[in-house]
Amino acid sequence: MTALTFTIVVWLMSTMAGFLGALTGLGGGVVVVPVLALALGVDIKYAIGASLVSVIATSSGAAAAYVKEGFSNIRIGMLLEVATTLGAVAGAYLAAYTSTHAIAIIFGLVLVQSAYQSLVNRNTEDEEIVQSDALARRLRLGSAYPLKGKSQEYGVTNVPTGFSLMFGAGALSGLLGIGSGAVKVIAMDRAMRIPFKVSTTTSNFMIGVTAAASAGVYLSRGYIDPRVTMPVMLGVLGGAFLGTKVLVRARVRTLRIVFGVVILVLAVEMILNGIMGRV
Amino acid sequence: MDDRRLENILGNLLRAGVLLAAVIVLAGGILYLFHYGSNPVSYRTFSAGGPDRRTVPGIAQSAAALHSVGLIQLGLLLLIATPVARVVMAVAGFYLERDRLYVVVSLIVLAVLTFSLMHAT
Repeated sequence: MTALTFTIVVWLMSTMAGFLGALTGLGGGVVVVPVLALALGVDIKYAIGASLVSVIATSSGAAAAYVKEGFSNIRIGMLLEVATTLGAVAGAYLAAYTSTHAIAIIFGLVLVQSAYQSLVNRNTEDEEIVQSDALARRLRLGSAYPLKGKSQEYGVTNVPTGFSLMFGAGALSGLLGIGSGAVKVIAMDRAMRIPFKVSTTTSNFMIGVTAAASAGVYLSRGYIDPRVTMPVMLGVLGGAFLGTKVLVRARVRTLRIVFGVVILVLAVEMILNGIMGRV
Repeated sequence: MDDRRLENILGNLLRAGVLLAAVIVLAGGILYLFHYGSNPVSYRTFSAGGPDRRTVPGIAQSAAALHSVGLIQLGLLLLIATPVARVVMAVAGFYLERDRLYVVVSLIVLAVLTFSLMHAT
């Protein structure tokens, strides 16, 4: 394959990944890594390096749009970023001492979770708003968000549990070069009882900072190859931009199912290839 | 200075950084394909590569010489810097809000990021 063909193929695939990732809220990274590794035979270290960079691009690029909606909570984000960045550095170190087969298998398991998330739609209609507990009050984490045209106050609980889960989310991000937004949302929405909409937007805001904490380690190890990363970053960014533009018109439900099935197939492939030592 | 205004400034700053980074990466990419587009490539086996890919001084030197690889890496470095800039701005914002606790929290995050980026110097 010539450099030109490789660049065009990777760019097209990444545009699709970014587009679908934005539509379904799963991000583009989860699909880019398996597609690069399985379809194009790219070493998984290059694949996770390129993915990590595109994760930063979509997170930083979308931040302005999310802020305008008024959902994200900068205090919660910053506090939990202490945990995610520490986890990310640990994960990035771990990546060097983990065999590519093991990385492929772990990646496959994360994909299964993403597929589940894409296929099973969460009902966020009847959410329970909680009161902040003592620690959350001291940390002033509670805030308000727009709900049905009004400003709805909300509280935060179980900060230590959420904080520990966030360390895990950061470690996965550093090990696999993904945003691990799903784990971040679980930590905030399930453990800390933060409203779902606030959790998802704050998670998106945190993803870029988390990924940047692994990026220094990745760069110094040579995981970020310019010739692989260039088409991935430009593709995912462009695709994500398109995705946010058509988000209102698209039939998201059908897309989620298609995307979920695609991810599930990729998950099985990653795990099998990892076990057989082909990735 | 309230939280919303602070976040708005941060959001726009990040978007501008991403756009600039994408333009530099695109310029480097076009230059790369112009020079090496017809060369055969394979990324099956990993090799870490030289300092023009892995360290900030190496990348700066290569980009200054207008090498395609250096330009792409420069754009990617700028991209990696956008979330770091966001944390720096948050430190300043919390300071202006006289929120000492969160100035400290943001500084811890900044310290972790700095530690990671030190690897590439």
